[in-house]
Amino acid sequence: MDLRSAMTHADAQRLKKGEVNLGTSIMAVEFEGGVVIGADSRTTMGSYIANRVTDKLTHIHDRIYCCRSGSAADTQAVADIVAYHLSMFSVQQGERPNTHTAAALFNQLCYGNKDRLSAGIIVAGYDKENGGSVYNIPLGGGMFKQPWAIGGSGSTYVYGYCDATYKDGMNKDETVHFVKNTLALAMSRDGSSGGTIRMCVITDDGVQRLFVPGNELPQFWEPQVNVNKPAHQLAMEAEGDIMVH
Amino acid sequence: MSSIGTGYDLSASTYSPDGRIFQIEYANKAVENAGTVIGIRTKDGVILAAQKLLDSKLLVSGTAKRILTADMHIGMASAGLRADGKHLQTRAREECKNYRDNYMSPIPLKHLSDRLGSYLNAYTLYSSVRPFGISTVISSCDKNGPQLYAIEPSGLYWGYQATAIGKGKQLAQTELEKLNFDELSMRQAVFEAARIIHLVHDPTKDKGFELEISWIGKDSQYKHVHVPAQLYDEANELGKTQAESGRMQE
Repeated sequence: MDLRSAMTHADAQRLKKGEVNLGTSIMAVEFEGGVVIGADSRTTMGSYIANRVTDKLTHIHDRIYCCRSGSAADTQAVADIVAYHLSMFSVQQGERPNTHTAAALFNQLCYGNKDRLSAGIIVAGYDKENGGSVYNIPLGGGMFKQPWAIGGSGSTYVYGYCDATYKDGMNKDETVHFVKNTLALAMSRDGSSGGTIRMCVITDDGVQRLFVPGNELPQFWEPQVNVNKPAHQLAMEAEGDIMVH
Repeated sequence: MSSIGTGYDLSASTYSPDGRIFQIEYANKAVENAGTVIGIRTKDGVILAAQKLLDSKLLVSGTAKRILTADMHIGMASAGLRADGKHLQTRAREECKNYRDNYMSPIPLKHLSDRLGSYLNAYTLYSSVRPFGISTVISSCDKNGPQLYAIEPSGLYWGYQATAIGKGKQLAQTELEKLNFDELSMRQAVFEAARIIHLVHDPTKDKGFELEISWIGKDSQYKHVHVPAQLYDEANELGKTQAESGRMQE
């Protein structure tokens, strides 16, 4: 294997020793009048779950949030810097910053330091000029305006589901439903995602937080695993002595 | 000036006993001697007009413009020391570029006025520098609508519906106050601007001048540009005849 190309390749897998990875499922979707963002709540250090109720929805400004994936330390630092700049900006301008402004700042930091960061960030927010908007800033530091965006290791499992399910012009409740289902599916397949679902609905009125506990996640098809059941249990099930759920 | 010879006017960092800074007042004098600049904010755009006094008959017409562009959407015209005006334009362009680089969007005029105001103000605070000998009118039209500001040598800036600076300030302002800004179209404002610039010019006393007019707004696709040649000629000619007949009536 070519070591040079392996070393210059920026990816989330190259974490430093002891660094906390946000192996994650994150998502943001626009709707008429706002935006819904969501994330799982698992933080891992290797196979160890460092935090099972992490809040990956990070406040940037009154109506702007971001979903972070990659290194927890890197993305936290970048989000803090952007939040600082935007608070200065809004004081100087006397009005709330546009989501685009926040995304532009994330873009600059992520692109300018692309060889030092592992940060995949989705910026989402509401402003009077553009309504709800979603900007995806993936690993290399690009900036893409999208009607919906998914990110983190869990997202790879659910691109097909999103393509098949997303429709233009969904209302708030439909959008929340879509985000919740997508994240539940991603979390069930991805080992580095899991725990609970946290969501935010950002509109002109404010930010509404939603929480789905781990035992109330939407249920989908699960394989029936019985090959490893002891023979006597299978026998009892066949007799009807044990109810199978 | 009452305090000549007292030494209070030698430095921008010295107050006179009654709390004035004479260096700033002298800077304002430099503005009062300069060719007139006017700005008019209509409902769908902003017009700038300048009276470029000709120092020499050998100057090529249309060169050494007084109305300058700081960014695609921002026009500026200074009255006073020409070199200071050019320097402020350079600074304004840097401010516009930095804002674009940082936020990926055009700078709001309110923000630029504040930045330039702070810049001019810094030159009123130290004994090692002199204040800028210019007042500057800046225009823009963007998502925030048409905007017009004027910045003074002290660094103070104000937002205006219409304003005039330079030699003909007094007369121009009385003319501007007669306009109905709710009705005025950009095109009409170009004619008014040309008329006023010609009106404040006294051909028997002053040296020759060249009229400059720029606009930004609906009629210019929201870009700051000098008005098209045809419109310019029309407005210039009409302005000249109107001003002449106005003078004859007097």
